[in-house]
This record gives sequence, C-alpha cells and structure tokens, in this order.
Amino acid sequence: MRTLRFLLQKEFRQIFREPSILRVIFVMPIIQLLVLPWAADYEVKDIKLSVVDHDHSDYSRQLVSKITASAYFQLQDYTGSYQTALHEVEKDKADLILEIPASFEKQLIKEDKATLFMAVNAINGVKANLGGAYLRNIVQDYNSQVRTEWIQFPRFSPETNIEITSSNWFNPLMNYKYFMVPGILVILVTMVGSFLAALNIVKEKEIGTIEQINVTPVKKYQFILGKLIPFWVLGLIVLSIGMLIARVAYGIVPAGSLFAIYVFAAIYLLAVLGLGLLVSTFTGTQQQAMLISFFMMMVFILLGGLYTSIDSMPQWAQLITKINPVSYFIDVMRMVVLKGSSLGDIRNHLLIMFGFAVFFNGWAVISYHKRN
Amino acid sequence: MNAVIVSNIIKRYGTKKAPVSALQGISFQVDKGEIFGIIGPDGAGKTSLFRILTTLLLADGGTATVDGFDIVKDYKTIRERVGYMPGRFSLYQDLTVKENLDFFATIFNTSIEENYDLVKDIYSQIEPFKNRRAGKLSGGMKQKLALSCALIHRPSVLFLDEPTTGVDAVSRKEFWEMLKRLKEQGITILVSTPYMDEAGLCDRVALLQSGKILSINTPQGVVNEFGKTLFAVKSNDMLHLLNDLKQNEDIEDAYPFGEYHHVIMKHGGENELKDYLRQTGRQYEMKEVRPDIEDCFIALMKN
Repeated sequence: MRTLRFLLQKEFRQIFREPSILRVIFVMPIIQLLVLPWAADYEVKDIKLSVVDHDHSDYSRQLVSKITASAYFQLQDYTGSYQTALHEVEKDKADLILEIPASFEKQLIKEDKATLFMAVNAINGVKANLGGAYLRNIVQDYNSQVRTEWIQFPRFSPETNIEITSSNWFNPLMNYKYFMVPGILVILVTMVGSFLAALNIVKEKEIGTIEQINVTPVKKYQFILGKLIPFWVLGLIVLSIGMLIARVAYGIVPAGSLFAIYVFAAIYLLAVLGLGLLVSTFTGTQQQAMLISFFMMMVFILLGGLYTSIDSMPQWAQLITKINPVSYFIDVMRMVVLKGSSLGDIRNHLLIMFGFAVFFNGWAVISYHKRN
Repeated sequence: MNAVIVSNIIKRYGTKKAPVSALQGISFQVDKGEIFGIIGPDGAGKTSLFRILTTLLLADGGTATVDGFDIVKDYKTIRERVGYMPGRFSLYQDLTVKENLDFFATIFNTSIEENYDLVKDIYSQIEPFKNRRAGKLSGGMKQKLALSCALIHRPSVLFLDEPTTGVDAVSRKEFWEMLKRLKEQGITILVSTPYMDEAGLCDRVALLQSGKILSINTPQGVVNEFGKTLFAVKSNDMLHLLNDLKQNEDIEDAYPFGEYHHVIMKHGGENELKDYLRQTGRQYEMKEVRPDIEDCFIALMKN
C-alpha cells in the first residue's frame, strides 16, 4: 500500500508539473464542448433554390412564395430557362431546381392535375435528400391547400385524407445539441482516459525509466494500478467538467440520475484504461502509440453512433459497434440524460462494459512483463 | 562466497532464421567487494549481460547467481539486492533531484535518512541543487544522481553500465574515486566501459568481444601476459611511417598510439627494426616501452 501511495504521488506530481498536458486534459475538453456542438449540426438550412418558371401565372407565383416563405429555402434566382438554372448548379450557386411547366395553371384548373419537375444537386447526399423531401412536403401542402379552396362544403370529402400530428418525445424541440453534447463528452472522456494513459506508459519506456522501475521490487499490479488510478480520476474530473458545461452552456439537465452516469462512467473508464494499457504494452514509442490511438479513435467515433445512427448501418458495421466500448457509453449517456433511464435500464450496458474492463485489463496484465 | 557467478550464459537476438548471438557462453566469477570491469567495444554484449544479471532480460542458456540467488528463480530477491545504473540516464527528468532520490528510496521501502551515510559522499555534491529538476542537471551531476539513486537502498551488488560514457575527463576521474570508496563499504561493483584506460582502475577485468570473453585477469596480470617486447617509434611523417611498418614481413603489428606508433616484432628485436627503419631513409626516434593494458587488449582482439 505504501509503495502504491508513493507511485501515485509521483504520477500526480508529474502530471501537474507538465503545463501542456494539463492544458490538454482540462482546457481542450472545455473549448471543444463549447465549440463543436454548434458545428456538428444535422439540420439542413438555407438550401439554395433556382426556380424555372415557364408559366408566370398566379398559381406558380403562389407556389414559389410559399416555398421561399419557409426557412429552409433561399431563392437563388428566378429564370425562364432550364439551361440558366443548370448553370447556377454547375457554379455551385444553387442546390435545387424547380421547373414549372408553361401550362401549369391551366392544366391544374382544367384537368385537376399538373406536373412539376425537380432537379437536385446530389454531391452532398444529405443535403440533396433532405432538400428534396422538404420541397416535396411543401408542394404537397400547397396541393391540399388548393384543394380545400376548390372543394367547398361537401360534408364528407370524397377523397380520404390522412392528417398526421406528431409529438416528439424526450427531446420535444428536436434540439440536436441535446443529442450531440453527451456524445462529444463521451469521446473527450475516452481520449483522456485511454490515450493519455497509454502515452504516459510508453513515455516511460522511451525514456528508459521503466527499466529503473523494473529492477526494483515494485510489483506488477502496483505499477499498473499506479498508472490506472490517476487517469481514472482525471477521466471522472473531465466528465464532471463536461456535465457542468452541458448544464451551464446548453441547459442540458440529465433527466435521469447523475449517479447512474457516474456508476457507468467508473466502469467504462476502467475498460478504456485497460485498452490504453494494452496499446502501451504492444508499442515501444510514443509515436507508435499515438498513431494506433488515432486510428482507433476514428473507428470509435464513426462506428460509435455519435454522428450516424447505428440502426441504419449495414449489418457488419453494426457488429463492429458491438465491440466498440464508446458506442455503449454514448448510448447510456443519451438514455440517462434524455430519457431518464435508471441503473436498472442500463443493466445490460453495465454488464457488457464490466466484461470489457475485465477483458482488456486482463489481457494487458498478462502481456505486460517486467522482463523480456 | 562469490558475489556473482556466471556460467555459460547465452543470449541470441533476432529471428530464428537469422539469429544474432550477443553472448556466446560467458562464464566468470566476481568476488565479494571487488571492482570487476567488463571492457569491450560497442556491441560486445556488455549491456545484454548486465540486463540478464539484473533480471531484466532472460538468457537463452546458462545459469547465473547474484549474491547467491539464481537470476531466474529468485529474481524477486535479486531485485531487492542489486543496484542498476543503465548506460542512458533514465531517471524522471520532470522530478527534482530530491524527489527522484526520495522516490527510489521509498519503493525500496527505505528512506534517504536511513542510508544517508552511504550516499553522502556523492549526494552532498548535488545537494545544493536538490530542488532542481533532474532534466536540467549537467551531465556529471546527472551521473551522480543516478548513482545515488542506484545506491539508496544499500545494494550488495552494483551494476554500472558504461557509467562514464560521455562524461568529461575530470568527472570520470572523480567517478572512479567514488567507486573506490564504495568498494571500501563492502559493495561489489560490476562496471562496464568501452574505455581501456579505465581497465587499470578495476581489481580485475574481463575483456569481452563479440559475445566472448577473451581474457580475465588483474590489470597487472593482463600486462604480464603480454610477453613480447614493444617499441614506440616516432617520425615527422607518421602516416607514411605506419604504412612502411605494416609492409614489413618481420613486424607482427603496428598501430598508432598517442604520439608514437607501437610496434611488435614477429622475430628479431631492436636491431632488426632499426635496420629496417634505416633502409626507409627516414628520420626517426625509437625506444622500447612497457606495454600498458591497452596494448594487451589490442593484441588480444587481433588474435
């Protein structure tokens, strides 16, 4: 115990003596949490629309003004030729072209039926998809509006009409920040937890101090605990700072208990620290550890459900997310923060994470040798 | 009892297909309270040997005991009893002098106060800088700190891997004086060095080359083993003189040594050499010299 205490004392002393590391641990997460959620925006706004109106009628003008009245579209230009509009798309000045044929109004009134043409710049898939869908929605809305104007007073409408009213649960205003902030916080905690620990151990290898420790009677478990505990504590501190920022800057108050989050985080940090330890036993230089960490981080983020929904990934990718500890923590954070899940609800997540912790740490302890 | 007994230690690196032998069956014994030098050029296997004896590396063959304990079976006991100072400075550069020493004392379950008398000589020299970070010390001071840290738990055997490499001449001399004082305290010291002039400061030396021991003897014994007459020759054109000397069939070896060239004759003696030098028509100065340890090692390595 005495030895462990001195190892910890030494470790904390070194961490607090290195201002650059301190900045990374405390200042970077704060700045990132304050900046990134604003940029990591899903919503597609200001879609630039180019209208080709061959009709110049009342109805076509009504349609266009209805579209531009919504916040999603911005009328880029209003021309009479499809060629000009396509030119705008080529110059990346327009994202969508809506072509209104010459006899739009006439056909609509005479034949109860008219056609519109829509062309989408599909380079940015998300924007194209959403833009097209929004536009279709508005046109449909316009359609039913026209219909109600014409069909007056039949008590029972000959056409069946389904109207949908929706209610958003857990995040009524569909504020994407409620969704992103907990996720980004998870990534930051993971970085502090696992990668700083890995780099720290590899640094001792690089400088050669690990040799000096190895010739002493310090036991393997003491050395490993001496490395795990400081970063475990730091990870929890970063989490606390992050939760505070989420509350102060974004008004995110967890619907569930903080206790559930901390219980899970405690086990989660053990698991990722084990992973960091494992990286450090298989690498010899900080550069190697850094590179491996970097690539792992990419997988963690992209296959962790932070930006993209895991449910819409292909089957094989969903399997990978099952062995990605980050995906569980992101899930738990969103469950507890938004839905108010209790410890009982995240029982399975806890068990799996405990398994990860045992697996990674066990492997790391077995492959860490005081001599080779 | 011997402090260190090494018998037939083998160490190989590299792959199975292309093994590199670092140590090819080394055996020697070190008495208690002796300064035992292992002299050898870079890559001779000195560091591998030290790492095996300090239980950091497993040998591929052979056995060894340190202070009576087996290096494989009793490695835990050995770790409590040896001090190891690696060739590269490997203390915590971001901790201060005092913190480093404190740290190494506590992980050996002791304290600076308890063993202060042992490190006093050395530590008192760096004590004025005890609040300075180890990384900011000069080379010689780092050396002293490393030695203090290796000594703080009062080891019975001290392993010093090239302690004087990269240290200036004055500090080197000081360092060897410190070792002599430690020896008086009854500590067995194994020291490796690539500098042959340091061999004379050891009680006994082993010459290691390419993983083999060429000779083990006292410095005086090594010199006595030389058994040939040695001449020192000097001229105003040293380069051509050396070429001429190397061309003569009767000369066994000639190599530059300080301001002279040292010459060993195959057969014949002073007169034959004088005759030959006269033939080349050069101005020269010649004398017979006593071989020193470096001459002996050069001769051993060439055989």
